[in-house]
Amino acid sequence: MQFHKYDVVIIGAGGAGMRAAIESGQRARTAVLTKLYPTRSHTGAAQGGMCAALANVEEDNWEWHTFDTIKGGDYLVDQDAAEIMAKEAIDAVLDLEKMGLPFNRTPEGKIDQRRFGGHTRNHGEAAVRRACYAADRTGHMILQTLYQNCVKHGIEFFNEFYVLDICLTETENGPVCTGAVAYELATGEIHVFQAKSVVFATGGFGKVFKTTSNAHTLTGDGMGIVFRKGLPLEDMEFYQFHPTGLAGLGILLTEGARGEGAILRNASGERFMERYAPTIKDLAPRDIVARSMALEVLEGRGAGPNKDYVLLDCTHLGAEVLETKLPDITEFARTYLAVDPVVEPVPVYPTAHYAMGGIPTNIHGEVLRDNDNVVPGLYAAGECACVSVHGANRLGTNSLLDINVFGRRAGIAAAEYALSRESHVDLPENPAAAVEAQVALALSEHGQERVADIRTELQATMDANASVYRTEDTLKTALHDVQALKERYAHISVQDKGKRFNTDLLEAVELGFLLELAEVLVVGALARKESRGGHAREDYPNRDDTNFMRHSMFYKQGEGLTADIRLDYKPVTFTRYKPMERKY
Amino acid sequence: MTATAETTAGSRGSQPPVPDGAVTVTVKIRRFNPEFDDEPRWDSFDIPALPSDRVLNLLHYIKWYVDGTLTFRRSCAHGICGSDAMRINGVNRLACKVLLKDLLQKGDKQTTITIEPIKGLPVNKDLLVDMEPFFEAFRAVKPYLVTYGNEPTRERIQSVADRERFDDTTKCILCACCTTSCPVYWTEGSYFGPAAIVNAHRFIFDSRDEGAEERLDILNDIDGVWRCRTTFNCTDACPRGIQVTKAIQEVKRALLFKRV
Repeated sequence: MQFHKYDVVIIGAGGAGMRAAIESGQRARTAVLTKLYPTRSHTGAAQGGMCAALANVEEDNWEWHTFDTIKGGDYLVDQDAAEIMAKEAIDAVLDLEKMGLPFNRTPEGKIDQRRFGGHTRNHGEAAVRRACYAADRTGHMILQTLYQNCVKHGIEFFNEFYVLDICLTETENGPVCTGAVAYELATGEIHVFQAKSVVFATGGFGKVFKTTSNAHTLTGDGMGIVFRKGLPLEDMEFYQFHPTGLAGLGILLTEGARGEGAILRNASGERFMERYAPTIKDLAPRDIVARSMALEVLEGRGAGPNKDYVLLDCTHLGAEVLETKLPDITEFARTYLAVDPVVEPVPVYPTAHYAMGGIPTNIHGEVLRDNDNVVPGLYAAGECACVSVHGANRLGTNSLLDINVFGRRAGIAAAEYALSRESHVDLPENPAAAVEAQVALALSEHGQERVADIRTELQATMDANASVYRTEDTLKTALHDVQALKERYAHISVQDKGKRFNTDLLEAVELGFLLELAEVLVVGALARKESRGGHAREDYPNRDDTNFMRHSMFYKQGEGLTADIRLDYKPVTFTRYKPMERKY
Repeated sequence: MTATAETTAGSRGSQPPVPDGAVTVTVKIRRFNPEFDDEPRWDSFDIPALPSDRVLNLLHYIKWYVDGTLTFRRSCAHGICGSDAMRINGVNRLACKVLLKDLLQKGDKQTTITIEPIKGLPVNKDLLVDMEPFFEAFRAVKPYLVTYGNEPTRERIQSVADRERFDDTTKCILCACCTTSCPVYWTEGSYFGPAAIVNAHRFIFDSRDEGAEERLDILNDIDGVWRCRTTFNCTDACPRGIQVTKAIQEVKRALLFKRV
């Protein structure tokens, strides 16, 4: 066991983690622990843009952006947080530009902006050009720019250090975060990092689904660790399905394609979004477009031999727009489906994409331990966190915004908190014991269950039963399946017993987190007997503000993978926007 | 050693059902785990696969159902994160961007796919190499925007043409396909290598940057751009289609004529 001591430890090196590190690293002694090399993080897969009301190409202001975010989130958004995000978006984009991000430019040399789903002029009048972008690799450019600036500032990284636990020390005022415990992939060694503050920035858990835009490594580790500590998770039933995944594969095709004018069509060539969202059509928010696509298929108007997808028609955009503004997705379609978007429409279907819920935080990134109290020294930002700026459905581009605005805030808050403390709070006794036991157990012989089998079955039941549309019956099936898989997980066998880069062990540990989070998602979806944003219940098709205008809060009751989940609620923060019917 | 999916000693339980249209292919992999092995070896696996599968799918099949000790990096699985660079049939590729259909033998001959770790970096285990020397070279060229004086309140202005000037080299995902395909890098590990120069180019030709001279000084070093012998392996290897050799030539020219 090795021991380290820092002021601030940041877990995860995607957009939120590195944005936090740039702030924290200039103020306090900071370490970034990441299970991947920083530039492998999934921020790099984001494509379309990052919205900010710069008004570089047409009239816009941050209040409209705030409203769009709240309405897009079906009014489950905490309005104070949305206002902060929209207001700080402008500086967030300008900061990135000053750090060197190569945005596309207008003829005057300013940052260019494009249309995106749900972003409108004057409270819904028409689509507005708000998304700042770098071709269709905006996320790649953000990740690279943040990494470049971490290099510039000499940020200390511990690459391929897989954090498996955090240290909470009990005090008379409740638990305080005092560090993190990591498994070093290269050696199998356990490292304890004592810290005054710890920031989670570990991303999402899309791998609970089979068809997903998410990387293999997005297994909800941070959320899982927090949940196992008895701390709450918020709004986990709200999972976003991005409308345009490559059919059958789930690889993301940016909404920016529709922002540039691409059109969704059914088998007969009809522009079906005109029926579902007459004003902004194909640029309706993702939940609405995904449901519309699923309905087209369910009602027999799908395209292809099995009528199981719809078509994204980019052919009228011309080769030049595709090659210069959408080059990556053009290549994805060519490489993976052998379809050339220049001459033929691309088969698409919704793909599991983004967790609106996560570790509950306030606007400073401080993690909540219940509705009213924070865990001193513990922070979270990005997809693993729930501020909540996305409510029941995130608008496109707002995730890149979220990681920059709240990553920065969490980094500053974590560093300032650390600097305000004279000394480190003592670690709990034997801080590495739980992780050592977990690793030893996984490596010991106690069964014949294969990790891949359990994961495959988990993903299959989640796709079939907890996807775009849900009912009491499908969710009960999913819950039953997940619980049975958890029982089987107790008998897994890891074949690689070595200490060196044991990715077999890593996958087994990751599966544990996936099972944990899948159950929370399903429990939340069962309890929420309404339809709101990304959570669509066929048996409860309407939004029910009387009973469900509130956040869900999930607590793990006791130890072990099969422990019960307690569901509580937290009020939504309103400032100036009253809930209205959501029409586009 | 030849191991088939059915008979490998380490394999547990039944294999997943073989999908319609699958063909059997032989995947021959260079294995080495310094924890247990004295020498590298070749393992072969006969496995079912679909023509539409990525090579990464084949590796996952082996890891998940035949031999869990097989070790490689991967993450996004669609050519964006740069984790899974490896030598596939002798050329550097991302395993998630090569489809089996493009490797299949004509006629009824069974296809063999050979997979090795990228060359020139120390092998840590199987297909997983030590990336630290690669990133060290990257960090050495000041791969970030260098500016002096006060920052403007709004964004810096940059014309569409100036932005276009360095567009190609902004695509780099740091996968190391280029650097580890370079014969000079294989023999002279101290050479910065193509990827570092690509990332220097990305800033040298950015009209907003004021660090070109510092960077050019670094690249004028004995291990800098002059080591490049214009073999074009790097350009062929780049999964992002970057004109790597051209970028290196532009940096050389900037050094010769002292302007960018």
